[in-house]
Amino acid sequence: MRYLISVIDDKDDPGSTDRQPAVSAFNERLIAEGHWVFAGGLADTDTATVVDSRGERTLFSDGPFVESKEYLAGVWVWEAPDLDVALRLAAEASRICDRKIEVRPFQ
Amino acid sequence: MNDDARDAVARAHRAEWARVVASLTRRFGDLDIAEEAAAEAFATAVRRWPADGVPPNPGAWLTTTANRKAIDRIRREGKRDGKHQEALMVHDDDPPEPAGAIDDDRLRLIFTCCHPALAVQTRVALTLRLVGGLTVPEIARAHLVRETAMEQRITRAKAKIKAARIPCRVPSAEDLPARVSGVLAVLYLIFNEGYLATGPGTGPLRHDLTAEAIRLTRLTRALLPGDGEATGLLALMLLTEARRAARVSAGGELVTLAEQDRGAWDQALIAEGHRLVRERLAAAAAGDAPGRYQILAAINAVHTSARDMRDTDWTQILALYDRLVRVDPSPIVALNRAIAVAELDGPEVALAAVDRLEDALSGYHAYHATRADLLRRLGRSRQSRAAYDKAIELAGNAAETAYLTRRRDQLR
Repeated sequence: MRYLISVIDDKDDPGSTDRQPAVSAFNERLIAEGHWVFAGGLADTDTATVVDSRGERTLFSDGPFVESKEYLAGVWVWEAPDLDVALRLAAEASRICDRKIEVRPFQ
Repeated sequence: MNDDARDAVARAHRAEWARVVASLTRRFGDLDIAEEAAAEAFATAVRRWPADGVPPNPGAWLTTTANRKAIDRIRREGKRDGKHQEALMVHDDDPPEPAGAIDDDRLRLIFTCCHPALAVQTRVALTLRLVGGLTVPEIARAHLVRETAMEQRITRAKAKIKAARIPCRVPSAEDLPARVSGVLAVLYLIFNEGYLATGPGTGPLRHDLTAEAIRLTRLTRALLPGDGEATGLLALMLLTEARRAARVSAGGELVTLAEQDRGAWDQALIAEGHRLVRERLAAAAAGDAPGRYQILAAINAVHTSARDMRDTDWTQILALYDRLVRVDPSPIVALNRAIAVAELDGPEVALAAVDRLEDALSGYHAYHATRADLLRRLGRSRQSRAAYDKAIELAGNAAETAYLTRRRDQLR
């Protein structure tokens, strides 16, 4: 079973910025235990571009599709046998990243 | 239907529902199929038992019938591939599981229904439906919500359990303490929903919730015999339920502990509750530190041991509250502790303790009701009246409002 793990940061109350070494070590463990599928941190929301081709013309617009205090700062994709395993890892991940985590299953 | 068959179905429903749902869940890995097939099996029993007679082993009959219904549904929907279907057919007439394994199934089901990834109200509804066997309309009425809303809540929860793969198993040792306390919290919530019955339209079914909570807690305790808090919670519920008849007057007014007719308390429930509390006291003496429910049960045991309010061992109650504060340092515990302080050290000392809780509890009616009572005892009528006004404004329960209003109007 695959889960999307979203790391959520808060513009008014950002998590600490010194977490990279701990996150790297955690990734090593995810790989060793067979949970790791993908991981990536995201650039600032201001760098996003929204593309909409639903109409006749393709529209490009600057910025995130929704402005909010809380935003997606990075993602993991994990392989886990069930939600209990994913939640236990996510509890550790939240501590390690110093940020909130959302766990959502793939279809 | 003849009465014997009707009674047999009702008895089987109480005794076997959770077992049937749990064993089907294990076998088919799908709560929706398990619930629907179990409901169909009981509906079949209602039709067939009056004519065919009650089967010698109702539980085995229901499980076998429910298994067939589940397989029918899977076939009908063609959801499973041919191979899986074939495998199901082979096991069609499985002998009933040995008792131990079935108990584990029910425990697994309880942990799934009370999973922390579900909203608290959803956990309550799922537990009542899948473990308790209440119907969706019954659960909806008990929670004063529309049937369609309750149906949606339960359907969404089952969909999430499936899609997110919430497992149906006893949690790992490291997760177990937190998960057990989560289960007990759900059971206590069900009990309190029946006992505190807020809102004007509180029908008799809400009182059934306390009985259901006690039944489910008995089951949980039987499945987790080593868990002192499960025993503590059962004792707490029994000692609270024992006072139900004395708690509201004939005129529908709340009766406080001090004014209750103790002769109307249920002595059988009290005796059972006291026995459980003694069991836990012995465990505590042997070094097993009691948790929140065990301490609350002990406090209620002291109250239910007293012939009247004056006879109450307040020193003992205060000592228990001091222990409780260490386990659960919430302002509500501090408020209840202050009530015991009033009996030992007088209302003035208690009022000072209560006033320190203002920031945390100014929106809570019991805070104002407690202040009003202490101010009344101190002869500070004007301030007492203002506190009663505030308590009445915040109280959500008609019986409590009636009590507070009478008390306020008796002030000179």
